[in-house]
Amino acid sequence: MDVSRYLDLFLEESMEHLQTLNLGLLSLEKDSNRLDLLDEIFRAAHTLKGMSATMGYDPVAQLTHKMESLLEKIKERKILLNQEIVNTLFQCVDALEKMLLMIREGETPELDLKNLLKKLNNLEKSQVIKEVEQERNKQKSPPKFQQEELESGFNEYEINVIHEALSKGFNVWKIMISLSPDCLMKSVRAFMVFRNLESLGEIIKAVPPVQDIEDEKFDREFTLFLVSKEESTEIEQALNISEIAIKSMEKVKVKKSKGSVPHKPIKTKNKTQFASGKKHQVYQTVRVDIGRLDKLMNLVGELVINKTRLEQIYLSNDWRGLHETIEQINHITTDLQMVVQNVRMVSIEQVFNRFPRMVRDLTKELGKEVDLILEGKDTELDRTVIDEIGDPLVHLIRNAIDHGLEPPKEREVSHKSPTGMLKLSAKHEGNQVSICVEDDGRGLDVEAIRCKVLENKIVTKSQLETMDEQAIVNLIFESGFSTAKVVTNVSGRGVGLDVVKNKIVALNGQVSVETKKGQGTRFLIKLPLTLAIIQALLVKVQEEIFAIPLVNIDETTDLEPKKIKNIQGQPTMVLRGKVLPLVYIKKILEVPGDKEAEELNVVVVQKGKQKIGLVVEDLIGQQEIVISSLGKLLSGLPGIVGASILGDGTVALILDIGTLFWEGISCGESIYSF
Amino acid sequence: MENQFIAFKLGNEEYAVDILAVKEIIRWIHITRVPKAPSFVYGVINLRGNVIPVLNTHLRLQLPDIEIADKSRIIIFQVEELVVGLTVDEVVEVITLNDDMLEKPQMVEGNHRFIKNIGKIKNRLIMILDLPKIFDLKLI
Repeated sequence: MDVSRYLDLFLEESMEHLQTLNLGLLSLEKDSNRLDLLDEIFRAAHTLKGMSATMGYDPVAQLTHKMESLLEKIKERKILLNQEIVNTLFQCVDALEKMLLMIREGETPELDLKNLLKKLNNLEKSQVIKEVEQERNKQKSPPKFQQEELESGFNEYEINVIHEALSKGFNVWKIMISLSPDCLMKSVRAFMVFRNLESLGEIIKAVPPVQDIEDEKFDREFTLFLVSKEESTEIEQALNISEIAIKSMEKVKVKKSKGSVPHKPIKTKNKTQFASGKKHQVYQTVRVDIGRLDKLMNLVGELVINKTRLEQIYLSNDWRGLHETIEQINHITTDLQMVVQNVRMVSIEQVFNRFPRMVRDLTKELGKEVDLILEGKDTELDRTVIDEIGDPLVHLIRNAIDHGLEPPKEREVSHKSPTGMLKLSAKHEGNQVSICVEDDGRGLDVEAIRCKVLENKIVTKSQLETMDEQAIVNLIFESGFSTAKVVTNVSGRGVGLDVVKNKIVALNGQVSVETKKGQGTRFLIKLPLTLAIIQALLVKVQEEIFAIPLVNIDETTDLEPKKIKNIQGQPTMVLRGKVLPLVYIKKILEVPGDKEAEELNVVVVQKGKQKIGLVVEDLIGQQEIVISSLGKLLSGLPGIVGASILGDGTVALILDIGTLFWEGISCGESIYSF
Repeated sequence: MENQFIAFKLGNEEYAVDILAVKEIIRWIHITRVPKAPSFVYGVINLRGNVIPVLNTHLRLQLPDIEIADKSRIIIFQVEELVVGLTVDEVVEVITLNDDMLEKPQMVEGNHRFIKNIGKIKNRLIMILDLPKIFDLKLI
């Protein structure tokens, strides 16, 4: 059976299950009495086992199987949960993650699991001994089937059931069912099989697991183990359902002396071909609500109708109809855009969910106590942004725990609760999403930053003097800056926050920091909801048209040239009583042409906390534009984020307010002076 | 071995490029200037919905720039994943050159770093451009 086409799905789902495992274990660690969590963890491990066995990844299946049996014991309260078990389970999850990553890379998941399996075995056995002690007065202790268990795919419980059934004179049937290839509702057929067989006896096991069969997560065949008194004819009769055939039916025998199940392991039939080393391309996938797809389909339908309408108009020169149709198409494209955007939206939960585990490990390692608060998990972001935002957040969180939060003793000295607070929150703000990483640690040391900045020649001394504290603090994002005094394993490997900034700038976002000495630090990331389409204001300078993203714009105002005042050579204007530095687009972008404009317009943009007036000649208007990149050849130019194709087919460049003034700083024309 | 080249003119000189790297040749269209890019970057064009950078071949080869004329064209290249345009004054023809008609350029004067070979056909001398070098903007 070629299962490689399910690989993407397998990987994605497995990652989700790992996430569940991690979260479940974390909560369990906090409160070991919550056995309801165990069910969830158990289910995740179980599904993972089933899936990996089907896909032929035996090591994964083997490990999850062991985890499962340990968990089962805990669930049955045969083992008391302790830190060692939780730690071991965490190690298992890590190993699983490693293997899944290997699979993603197209490698065979080969990991030395011996130690881990041994550990699990020991943990499980320690219980068995305890159990033996406990039940010494009782007659029998359950037989051990550790070895056989792995081979046959039965767990101990199932083997016990089989034994009991056989000893009571029941038959145990292994029935392989295959559905006809054109069968449409596989789960319904499977359900009928289950219902009919259950009238004859008990189904003790299904391969793949029942849950997967119900969810149609199987190809065309499944295997059932039925404990029943009936003979084969009765069973055949019960299975007389259309579109279903019995592929094979045999009695399961168990050697009583050894207690092993002799028939061939079931899972081998699923051995697959990717061990051959063929690299499988893993694609990004998004799960989409079917309702959204239906809506898309409807919209496309409407679009097609309007297209034919346009063709008719062309033939009949019906200009009035044209107006109407254009209106319609306008509506449809707006809706289409919204729906497509929605389809690409993923909640930030999957990024946030990585952090509790990470924070736990880090705090243990560093001997700190941290209370992690996650807010706004269901905030939705574009899939591409979600994939990119993880690393910068990891960086910030590591920084916060390593440098920001003090060790418990130090905290007590400064009259804080020994447990530090780390808050991660996300929320929508208009067309943007803001993500905030906040701690109540010692705050940034502004003096240290001042020294470092001068030492590393990030700004000159005279520039530094004109900057306020806020501006200085934000210099930590410049490249070549790292305040970590000691290089630790956790953060400060010489890679500074400039990496974070670059990543976020690349996503068309902004990052800033606020800090209060002794009270904490707050990193604020602002990201656009989507990368592909933005609202922009088109402006004209001489003959050139530029687009300024609307998110950066505060307001626009007109400007009479005589109102411009020069303060220390810097042109400024007064806007509602406040001094606004002016920057001529013509000058900083070296726009050719010398047409004198009678009236100028000013676009007030926000750069960090600073307001700057961009002087342009004409405002063309607000428009939705599709961002295209300038390509590899021209990437990284300051001041330009990309290009957009306008209605007339020409290309307009999109200004990047974040980097537009870089050159201004370097030639000493400081925009920070106000 | 025979190779085909597209020959074009820059001023009075004849140049050629490997035909396999040429995606298409288009008429002159509006080129949007890209500020702060190197001077030899002419700008970007819209080629059927894709934004493609175009280099000013004259300036790239450190030749004097000349006015755009009727015969001016943009040759669009695809070298691996890079799609780039080069401006030329006139596209002449497709020529076929044998290996023995190609010679390594001799370092006499001028900028030969972008010239891969010199092709000789009757009494014409055609300079064959080294495209990867031309598209490596770090090389000046």
